Amino acid sequence: MSGQSAATLRKQSVAPPPTEQALSWGRYPKTAHRRVHKPAWNDEVPEILGTAAPASLLPYGLGRSYGDSCLNAGRELIDCRRLNRILGFDESTGMLRSESGVSLADIIDVFLPKGWFLPVTPGTRFVTVGGAIANDVHGKNHHRAGTFGAHVCQIGLHRSNDGLAICNSQDNFDMLQATIGGLGLTGVIAWADLQLKRVAGPWIDAESIPFQSLGSFIDLSRESNDCFEYTVAWLDCFAGKHPRGIFFRANHSAERGKQFHPKRGAKLPFAVPAWMLNRYSERAFNTAYYRIHAARKGRALVPYDSFFYPLDSIRQWNLLHGKQGFLQYQCVIPETNVEAVEELLDRVARSGMGSFLGVLKQFGSAPPAGMLSFPRPGLTIALDFAMRGERTLKLMQSLDEVVQQSGGALYPAKDARMSSAVFEASFPRWRAFVPYIDPKMSSSFWRRVTGAQ
Amino acid sequence: MTAMRKIVILGATSGIALEVQRLLAREGCELLLVARSSQRLAEVQADLAARGAHQVLTYSADLASIRQHAAIFEFARHTLPDFDTVLLAYGSMRDQKDSETSIDILLEELQVNFVSATAILTLFAADLERRRTGCLAAITSVAGDRGRRSNYLYGSSKGALSLFLQGLRSRLHPAGVRVITVKPGPVQTPMTDHMPNSTRFADPKQVARDIVDALERRSPDVLYTPKIWRYIMTAVQQIPETIFKRLSF
Repeated sequence: MSGQSAATLRKQSVAPPPTEQALSWGRYPKTAHRRVHKPAWNDEVPEILGTAAPASLLPYGLGRSYGDSCLNAGRELIDCRRLNRILGFDESTGMLRSESGVSLADIIDVFLPKGWFLPVTPGTRFVTVGGAIANDVHGKNHHRAGTFGAHVCQIGLHRSNDGLAICNSQDNFDMLQATIGGLGLTGVIAWADLQLKRVAGPWIDAESIPFQSLGSFIDLSRESNDCFEYTVAWLDCFAGKHPRGIFFRANHSAERGKQFHPKRGAKLPFAVPAWMLNRYSERAFNTAYYRIHAARKGRALVPYDSFFYPLDSIRQWNLLHGKQGFLQYQCVIPETNVEAVEELLDRVARSGMGSFLGVLKQFGSAPPAGMLSFPRPGLTIALDFAMRGERTLKLMQSLDEVVQQSGGALYPAKDARMSSAVFEASFPRWRAFVPYIDPKMSSSFWRRVTGAQ
Repeated sequence: MTAMRKIVILGATSGIALEVQRLLAREGCELLLVARSSQRLAEVQADLAARGAHQVLTYSADLASIRQHAAIFEFARHTLPDFDTVLLAYGSMRDQKDSETSIDILLEELQVNFVSATAILTLFAADLERRRTGCLAAITSVAGDRGRRSNYLYGSSKGALSLFLQGLRSRLHPAGVRVITVKPGPVQTPMTDHMPNSTRFADPKQVARDIVDALERRSPDVLYTPKIWRYIMTAVQQIPETIFKRLSF
C-alpha cells in the first residue's frame, strides 16, 4: 500500500463515524441520523441526556412506527433495544416491571407459559414496551380494554433536567398521561409497570364471518362487542362504497392441554420488484384473501400468534411494497358519520391504488389514557399504499379532506405526511402537551406537524 | 445437560455474557455472576430469575484487580460449592492508537485481558482439577490469531490468552476437565459500537447460542463463532508475513 493511501486510511479512522441510517417500518422517509446512542444500561442514559444539545434526541425501539414519528432526521437517536431486562414480576397479581426496550414478543415468550398475556396487543409483537407506551397502541380488544397505556400503572422516566421521575396515579400523574401517547418526546422511559392478564393458554376461539357492506360490518361489530373480547375486520379496499370483508371475533380459549409449537416464519429476503406491484396484483391478492377466508368461515381454535400477528410470520413484510417504501393511512371517523367511511373507501377504490391490507375496527368508548392518545369512539380504518410519489400523496390528501370534514383524526404512529392543519384537527389539545416535552427531545414528526425547531 | 447445572460467570455484564446467561436461565441453571457494578448485577439478576434461572447469585468485584480474586473464589466455593462450569467473559478493547503513545493504557489492556484472566482461571482450574470434573471456558477473539496493524494490542492480549488456554487444556485433560477457547468474530456489543460497520457484526444471541451448545457437547476445544470465522482465520493465517505486513486492516 502506498504511503498516500495509508495516510488517507488513517485519516478515515480518526474521522467521526459515518451518519447512521435508521428506518421506520414504512421505509419512507429515508433519513440519516448524526448519531445513534446505544445504552446497554439505564445508568448510562443520564449522561447521554446531560451532554446532548437541546432538541437533539429521540428514543428509538424496534422501528415499527410506519412514518417519521420514530425518526429524528439529521439529529440523534437513543436506541433502547439493549435496555431489555425484566426487572420484576409479581406472580400473584401479574404486575410486570420491565425496561423500555423489552419487546412484547419477549414478554409473551416468558409469561404466556406461566398463564399471563398482554392486556392489549397491537398487530405485531415486535414492538418494545417503550414504543407501545409512546404511541399508546391499541388492539383488537379496544372496545373492552382500551389502549396499552391504560394498563401501565407506573413508569420511571429519565428527564434531562430532573433525573429519574417516578410517575403514577399519585405522583406526576400528568407526566404519566403526557408520556402515554407522547411519541417519545417526554424523556426516556427507564422502566414501566404493566398489568398482565390471566389466560388459560395460548389458544384462541376465533370465528370469521364474511360481510358485504359497511352496515353489516357495524351490525356484526355491535352484536359481537359484548360477548367477544377481540373484534376486527379485514377489508377488500378495491370494492369501493360497498366493501366486502371478513369479520373476525374471538376470545381466549379455556383449552390448555393441546400441544403448542410456535413456528418461525419465512422471511422476505429483498424488496419486491416494482413491476410486480400494481393494481392487478393487489386486486388479485385482495380477491384471493376474501375467497379463502369466506370459504373457511366459521369457528376454529387457533394459536394466539396466527390470530394476533398474522404478518409477523413473514418477517420484513414491509419489503412487500418495494424499494420505495409505503405509507400507511390510519384514521378514526365518528360512528355518526358512516357516509364518510363510504366516501373514503370510494375514493380509494376510484384511485386504483388500493392496498394489500385494509383493516377496520370499531373503537370502544374508554376515556383516553394519554394526552395525545389516538383512539376515540368511532370506526378506525388502516390502509397501506405503496409509495409512488406525488399521486400517492395526492390520494392521501384527498382522504384527509374526508376525515377532517367528518370530525375524525389521523394516527401519528402511522403517518409520514399529514399537514399541520390535519394534526391540529386531530389533536386540538396538543399545545397543552408542549410543556411536558423534555428540552433535549424532538422528532422529525413533531417538527413537521408543529413547526417546532 | 446434567453436566452443567451450576455456572460461574466472570464478567457477567459483558454483551456476550448477558445473552449466554439468558439461554442458561431458560434451561433452569444455577448461576453465580461476577461483575463490577452491583446495580447492574441486580438488574441482570432480576431478569434471569424472571426468565427461569433456578438460582442467581451475584458478587460485585473488579476482576482486573488480582487482589480481589481470592475473595471471589471463596465466595464461589461457599455459595455454589459444586459449580461445574466457569465462563470467563470479560475483556477490554481500547483504541490501538492510544496504546501506542500511552504505556499505561497498554499495560491496563494486558492486565485486564491477559494477566488477570490467567490468574483467576488458575484459581478455578485448581479446584476443578482437584474435583476431577467440569469445564472452563474463556472468550478470547479471532483477533488473537494474527497481529494486525489496527488492533494488535487487543489481538496479542487475546492471542496470549488463547495460548494459555491451550496449555491449560493439556494440563487438565488427564483430570477430565474440559477447557474451551471461544473465539468470536466481531460481535454487536457495546465494546464494538464505535467501530465502522458495527451494525453488520454478528448478533450476540447467535454467538451465545454457539457458546451454550459448545458447553453442552463434548467438542470442540476451540470454538469459532459465527462458524465462518474458522475458515476465514485459516485463510488469513496462510498469508505470508511479507505480504501481511503491508496490509493496513
